[in-house]
Amino acid sequence: MLKTRIIAVFLLIIAVTIGLLTYYSSFAGSSISKPFKLGLDLNGGTHLVYKADTSKLSIGEVSVSMLALRDVIEKRVNAFGVGEPIVQVEQGGILGSKEAQQKLIVELPGVTDIDEAIKMIGRTPVLEFQTLSQADKKIVDDKKLEQKEYSIEILKAYKPTGITGRMLERAILEFNNTTMEPTVSLNFNAEGKALFAKVTKENVGNIVGIFLDGNPISEPVVREEIKDGKAVISGSFKLDDAKLLVRDLNYGALPVPIELISTQTVGASLGQSALNGGIKAGVFALIVIGLFLIIWYRLPGLVAVISLGVYTTLMLALFKLIPVTLTAAGIAGFILSIGMAVDANILIFERMKEELKKGKGISEAMHEGFARAWNSIRDSNTSSLITGAILYFFGSTSVITGFALVFTFGVAVSMFTAITASRVFLYAVAPKTTNKLSTFLISNGFTKTIISQSLTK
Amino acid sequence: MFVVKYRKFFYALSAILVIGSIASVSIWGLKPGIDFKGGSIIEVEYTNARPDQNTLTTSLAPLAIDASIRATGSNGYIIRMKDINQEQKNSLTSVLGTFGSSTEKRFDSVGPLLGSEALRKSMVSIIFVILAIVFFIAFAFRKVSVPVSSWQYGIVAVIALIHDVIVPTGIFSVLGHFAGYEVDTLFVTALLVVLGFSVHDTIVVFDRVRENLNHAKANKPFSEIVGESISQTFTRSVNTSMTTLLALIVLYFVGGESTQHFSLALIIGIIAGTYSSIFLGSPLLVTIWKWQEKRIEAKKAAK
Repeated sequence: MLKTRIIAVFLLIIAVTIGLLTYYSSFAGSSISKPFKLGLDLNGGTHLVYKADTSKLSIGEVSVSMLALRDVIEKRVNAFGVGEPIVQVEQGGILGSKEAQQKLIVELPGVTDIDEAIKMIGRTPVLEFQTLSQADKKIVDDKKLEQKEYSIEILKAYKPTGITGRMLERAILEFNNTTMEPTVSLNFNAEGKALFAKVTKENVGNIVGIFLDGNPISEPVVREEIKDGKAVISGSFKLDDAKLLVRDLNYGALPVPIELISTQTVGASLGQSALNGGIKAGVFALIVIGLFLIIWYRLPGLVAVISLGVYTTLMLALFKLIPVTLTAAGIAGFILSIGMAVDANILIFERMKEELKKGKGISEAMHEGFARAWNSIRDSNTSSLITGAILYFFGSTSVITGFALVFTFGVAVSMFTAITASRVFLYAVAPKTTNKLSTFLISNGFTKTIISQSLTK
Repeated sequence: MFVVKYRKFFYALSAILVIGSIASVSIWGLKPGIDFKGGSIIEVEYTNARPDQNTLTTSLAPLAIDASIRATGSNGYIIRMKDINQEQKNSLTSVLGTFGSSTEKRFDSVGPLLGSEALRKSMVSIIFVILAIVFFIAFAFRKVSVPVSSWQYGIVAVIALIHDVIVPTGIFSVLGHFAGYEVDTLFVTALLVVLGFSVHDTIVVFDRVRENLNHAKANKPFSEIVGESISQTFTRSVNTSMTTLLALIVLYFVGGESTQHFSLALIIGIIAGTYSSIFLGSPLLVTIWKWQEKRIEAKKAAK
């Protein structure tokens, strides 16, 4: 008995500590700050879904290209300067669809003016070759010293050659034999070969600048006419930059063509009111369920309320630790799980009452209640877990997977709190003797539970 | 137990609800949300007074986006339309802007492709959940074979499940017809949760039947065992649903607009689920048992 009480107090202390940590870490500025992760529907922001056209790729190339696509888009989105953007590849399509649909999800928290963002993500980059004469180079160099960057004025000095990325057959990453520096070698197709030969012939000693989206990425000096349609861009490349350049050149910068198929924008004010609604509903639900439990189940009801408190605390802490991105549907799942978390308690308490009616003493009735209710608790929770798992894996939107995640965690955690934690608490506070008052406390409902005195010791 | 005795009355009640639901769905159909059929939805709020709805409808007509407008709050509109691209969106925004300053609270746009994928996934998950539950119940009750086999427990549970899914669908079809309620992926999620929850309740009664069968004297009729099991588990079935319903009712009233229809679907489904596990599922076991008895007697008579 004493041991149970010590364990119970210990459990309570742990729960309260976790609760306090969870509470205080919600505020910015404290040393353990770790706020809840809120989804776009609560925080405001934009959710974009792109369909990637992988039909021209072989199956082996798909996943590599999708990762490359993600990297490119991520760079562009990062350049946009929003806080914590998410760019991820999602494989749509399921059993029955011929090919797996490749999708790209872009989440931009706080961005509600999506016009600009969409333009930037979806732009098709242009690769161009432009020449710069030696005479002009001097002027440009002087100006560059002045301005430290390429102004429009400088860029005007370059003359277009008509050679574009379209004429490139392939770009390959190579290494210089002596310096081991990475270089990028270019192979032109027939059309490009002819044009490149002409341009290099006319521009020996001049610069042929390579431009990506109007920005010069390399400015090699032409030493001689190049007839074989091959060129090498050397320069002080970092390996990663060289790789990126090769990829950009080969794929025209977007490795896979994409098409916007869904946009979702939530204004910050709407998000805030959804969040407030969710929190308010959670608190109210706890109060209403708590009152119901105490009125109907008395002492065990109070124990169930304490366990429910432990449940809530653990769940909130888990949301932060994993972390789970909370959405309106996720919060709804959590509130639903509050209602279901006490189901195991109800099954146990009803069973206890039955055992009491059979004439068992309080302590024996409690043991029997927990032991015998286990079968139905196990079976019914398993069915909820099955539902949760299927929802998670087949959920078509982040709304549903968010809900499923919270719901499944809820069922699992509630099995611990409603069984293990409430058993410890109930044993700790249960009356030792079986008399009228103690039976009233431990019993439930509004019909009188009659105990047979013969069995009480 | 009155539930077993008057089971035909309860069957009839369920049958009326199910037939009514099927009728409503086949006459009025369901209103699919944009996440199923594709389309766009925008919610705007005007800083001052909002324009008249008819004026707005007329001025949106030239855009040819099949806009349907509904007032929301005191100064806002929710406009549903077909799936629009960025240019159409820009011209929509500029038309809306002519009536005074406004803020765009929300904009969703779903391509038809994504919609059909969501629909397919939803169907697959519902079928998966139902199958998984039949197998699970058949497994959990594998030791029970007399007088009703464990498969029959599974099938009865599924009849109850189908009932629980059809009733909220029917009610949403009625609500869709009269109040414009849409059926979206969240609604399907609600149905799946109802499936999980309803089987929860059904298992509690079945579990008691299983236990009582073990203790029962050999000559006790099965119908009596089922009746006792129902009355013994009645309070807990109602109370477990009650706590969940309390949470959902709170969610419905204070949880905000985005989850209101979701909680309503759950409330209807859970009430249907609790009803079916007490008044439909377990009595059906008795009906199956009676059929078997009759068949056996018929065989005996034939000999």
